[in-house]
Amino acid sequence: MPSQRDDVAAHAEAPVHIAVDRVHAAAPVGGIKIRARDVNVFYGEKQALFDVGLDVPERAVTALIGPSGCGKSTFLRSINRMNDTIPGCKVKGRIELDGEDINDRSIDPVVLRARVGMVFQKPNPFPKTIFENVAYGARIHGLTTSKSELEALVETSLKKAGLWGEVADRLHQPGTGLSGGQQQRLVIARAVAIRPQVLLMDEPCSALDPISTLKVEELINELKKEFTIVIVTHNMQQAARVSDYTAFMYVGDLIEFGNTDKLFTKPSMKQTEDYITGKYG
Amino acid sequence: MTDATLPTAAATDLRRLVEARLKRRHAQERRFRLYGRIAIIVALSFLAVLLGRIVHQGYTTFIDNQIGVSVYLDPAKIDRTDIGGANYDQMVAESLLTKLGETDDEYGEKSGKILEIMSNDLGFQLLKQVRADPSVIGKRVTVTGPVKSDASLYYKGEIKRSTPQDSRKLDDQQLDWLDELKAAGAIKSGFNFGFLTRSDSTEPEQAGVLGAIVGSLMMLFVTAFLAVPIGVLAATYLEEFAPKNRWTDIIEVNINNLAAVPSIVYGLLGLAVFINWLAVPRSSPLVGGLVLALMALPTVIIATRSALKAVPPSIREAALGVGASRTQTVFHHVLPLAMPGVMTGAILSLAHALGETAPLLMIGMVSFVPGVPESLTGSATVLPVQVFIWETASERGFHERTAAAIIVLLVFMIVMNLTAILVRRRFERRW
Amino acid sequence: MLTWLALAALTLFSIAAYMAARRRAVATAGGKTAGLHSLPGYHGAYAALWAGVPAALLVLMIAMFGGRLEAGLLRLDAPTAVQTLTAPQQDVFYDDARALARGGQPSETSYVGTLRTALDAKVARSSQLQRMIDYGALSLAVVLALAGFALAYPRIGVQFRARNRVEGWIAALFVICSVTAVLTTVGIVASLVWESWRFFQAVPPLQFLFGTEWDPQIAMRTDQYATSGAFGAVPLFVGTFLIMIIAMAVAAPIGLFSAIYLSEYASPWTRSVVKPMLEILAGVPTVVYGFFAALTVGPLFRGFFNWIGGMLVGGPMDGFGLYLMQVQNQMALVAGAVMGIMLIPFVSSLSDDIINAVPQSLRDGSLAMGATRSETVKKVVLPAALPGIMAALLLAISRAVGETMIVTMAAGLQAKTTLNPLDTVTTVTVQIVTLLTGDQEFDSPKTLAAFGLGLTLFVVTLMLNIVALRIVQKYREQYD
Repeated sequence: MPSQRDDVAAHAEAPVHIAVDRVHAAAPVGGIKIRARDVNVFYGEKQALFDVGLDVPERAVTALIGPSGCGKSTFLRSINRMNDTIPGCKVKGRIELDGEDINDRSIDPVVLRARVGMVFQKPNPFPKTIFENVAYGARIHGLTTSKSELEALVETSLKKAGLWGEVADRLHQPGTGLSGGQQQRLVIARAVAIRPQVLLMDEPCSALDPISTLKVEELINELKKEFTIVIVTHNMQQAARVSDYTAFMYVGDLIEFGNTDKLFTKPSMKQTEDYITGKYG
Repeated sequence: MTDATLPTAAATDLRRLVEARLKRRHAQERRFRLYGRIAIIVALSFLAVLLGRIVHQGYTTFIDNQIGVSVYLDPAKIDRTDIGGANYDQMVAESLLTKLGETDDEYGEKSGKILEIMSNDLGFQLLKQVRADPSVIGKRVTVTGPVKSDASLYYKGEIKRSTPQDSRKLDDQQLDWLDELKAAGAIKSGFNFGFLTRSDSTEPEQAGVLGAIVGSLMMLFVTAFLAVPIGVLAATYLEEFAPKNRWTDIIEVNINNLAAVPSIVYGLLGLAVFINWLAVPRSSPLVGGLVLALMALPTVIIATRSALKAVPPSIREAALGVGASRTQTVFHHVLPLAMPGVMTGAILSLAHALGETAPLLMIGMVSFVPGVPESLTGSATVLPVQVFIWETASERGFHERTAAAIIVLLVFMIVMNLTAILVRRRFERRW
Repeated sequence: MLTWLALAALTLFSIAAYMAARRRAVATAGGKTAGLHSLPGYHGAYAALWAGVPAALLVLMIAMFGGRLEAGLLRLDAPTAVQTLTAPQQDVFYDDARALARGGQPSETSYVGTLRTALDAKVARSSQLQRMIDYGALSLAVVLALAGFALAYPRIGVQFRARNRVEGWIAALFVICSVTAVLTTVGIVASLVWESWRFFQAVPPLQFLFGTEWDPQIAMRTDQYATSGAFGAVPLFVGTFLIMIIAMAVAAPIGLFSAIYLSEYASPWTRSVVKPMLEILAGVPTVVYGFFAALTVGPLFRGFFNWIGGMLVGGPMDGFGLYLMQVQNQMALVAGAVMGIMLIPFVSSLSDDIINAVPQSLRDGSLAMGATRSETVKKVVLPAALPGIMAALLLAISRAVGETMIVTMAAGLQAKTTLNPLDTVTTVTVQIVTLLTGDQEFDSPKTLAAFGLGLTLFVVTLMLNIVALRIVQKYREQYD
């Protein structure tokens, strides 16, 4: 495969690309939503991802795990081209969404991001009311034509995020006044309101308390019926709890990808085993 | 109700809906970005026009036209017992006339016209020579001095022959003479050292900025001498020693507000307190420096505090840990480390004080000061006020000098700012 | 001169005291400095401070107030010839006596007869008083210096906590320096309030604040105070307001859009070039802007409006054309526009800081929803930054209201109540400058009016600043 591997020979001793091939073999049958091939990401001179290839199955939860700095978030951000917003960041390789190359010139990042929603590590509700937060996407994209339609959309989205019961009577209060866990569910409601096909979650529970975490995890379980979800997490238990498939990444390389149960019980790579047994990370 | 469907956007619809409005949204985006670009370009072109215009108006000042003329000191015209009583200007004018091959008429009309194109500095120099050594009477001496500013404006192309005679300062004959003198090599242009070595004068061609520069430096010295130590000590106290209580809160709010008080209010303070109450001499560099010191104090304090904040607490803990007292910790470790930041802040606030004009008008610095100020308590003027004084003068010759004085002022400010940048670059430390 | 000599002598004495005390400290410890509570240098400094500081303070006090003390003493037991003079004449008399005693230039008043004799006596008395004060102070300073040293020197010893004492002095110095800032405020408020109070005795505050006629030229004679002076400041307030509005109309959009572009769009390279250039614009002294306004922008605008007017004359808008042809250099528009240019970098750098303080996560959140950058700025960043930006604009308004040189050089002196930007207006600051430049009697209502205006200006800008700084502080806390 890639000849530029030689350039970074000093960086990783393991012949990682073999693992990449195995990944494809282990890829699930059924619909493939996102297909990534030879993804290399550079921050200026520094390379953050090396030839990552991954197939994300449709309507399932795929977890990306690995020690911090391994490139999980970088890979996640390449899926909706959020890396474009970072000055000096370059993405090479092919990422397909429903068979279409998202880095193609004909693809508008605005449309792409409407199709691929994202939830961040720290809850980031806009300094607006709860209602306006959820209505934001519909307003900018012009998805609704009347006020009642918008209200219905907000209600449905909040219900989907399991937040409706808690905020129905204070829709017009600021979203920043909610608790951390509620804020994160509000942000999820905001993302699902435009009905994306894919939902990217970048460590969505790392800033939350255990009870809020539980709620968000339940929500993820519910949402995967409708959405393809890719979640980055630090927490291996969480990956084991919520995901159907898991990818293990290490220092910019995808080491192993497969069925979550299998990966956690019978990892095929030594590095994966070391990580999940807590030898490092 | 988990499988409630969204009212409009079914998954396949989303793309169509979003794309339908895409063109308009991208056009909006481009427009918005364009506004930003335009704003930046407008702001920068204001800067370019401002500086370009001043350089354009002022650079001619730095070229001047010196006239050299040899004058016969006729013993019949100079009374040895009253050397100052002779009309030296007239002598110079007549020598020039002779040189031009003209003879004066009985009303002295032609010599009068000559006096309009040569500076009376020539006559003054003649007087000085005779005073210094009366034995030159009866001999020929050569004096060199500037031409009148109107004549200079002609050489610089500001006064044109094409303008009708009665709407310009010089008539055709005077212009002919100027051409002739220039052709004969009696008038030479060169760098105008006089502008930098003379002080204010009622005659534009003799006016220079030396007095104002010296005044500015003296005033700045007073300001620096007061504002920097007091400001640094006050900031050090507030940042390193003061307990956090109501009092220090009040002082802090007070300092932030003082930094935003209009400068003219400091002028009123100076007038009421320093001049009327403490009887500090008006128009002096001392009172100007005092007022500007009070004005610069809050900015020095704010800059010093942020420099002190940037020193990591570990340094303080390390020093206290080996048994240094708090005073020793601050003076031996924290302040030296914060010094580059403190110096940068101090230089920048002094540069700001250097350009300040309004409060100085209140304390009488607008007076005409023809010499170099001699003491901190004597009358003086400073560069920005000199700019103001010359700007209000009606002669055209002063306008180019105003712009030139601005150039000198800006050069000083640029030097100070560069020094600040260099200090920051040279000693900056990132923690 | 005497002051400098005295200070130099005191410095030398302090150095001597330092060395003596240091040596004593070392000697008492038997040459082993480790035995001392404080380092020998602290003992030296302790003695030097006691020897030098009180005496130096006395010398400085006399340098500052000696003249006033002498002038006060000189007026005691006035001769009968002088008592017959009016109060202002007496002032001149004593000023002349003091001037003559110092070899200075007296006024042109001629003194004859008994008055002449009285003057000569007072001249002699003045010189005598001057000498008495100078030498009295000097001997007192010597006593203080010696006493200070005598007090400090015997205390030097092994157990003496010299370091703590010296640090006490330093602490006192610290407090004095910090209080200077407060004293400045007190000085500003006190002087403005005191002089304004005197002004308001002549002109009622309500008449000043709400009167619509401003013509301070009338009330020149002292017996005319309240009767015919026209001190209604409304035209000045309106003029200040008009110019401020024009300035903000220029500075707010340009400054804001620059800030938005710099923080949201510009590449690091562009930022590194544009920001220093804006800083240059911010560093240009206001007198330079004034010059630019008066000699470049003013004639340019007048030429432009006159030209437009010339084209309109004879047409359906003949009257307007004629009006435009009479427009002067000193229109409000010129001063306002140039002040706006001056404020651009101010608005831009403040807003830039404010916008940068909006957390990146909010931008990411919006962009990840598929919003364009401009939508993100308009719908998320700006609403989040709104309080901060309002505060920045308030600070800019405060600067515009207090700005002096541009309006002094480019706006007019005519106090007109108009909101027409092509008209000539005057502002509060211009009037302060006009009232206080030139030589007048300090007590005339004309000069006192300047303090009334100054007080108004101070109060208004202070309120703007307090509100703005409050908002900024709250804003920063929100995102910290």
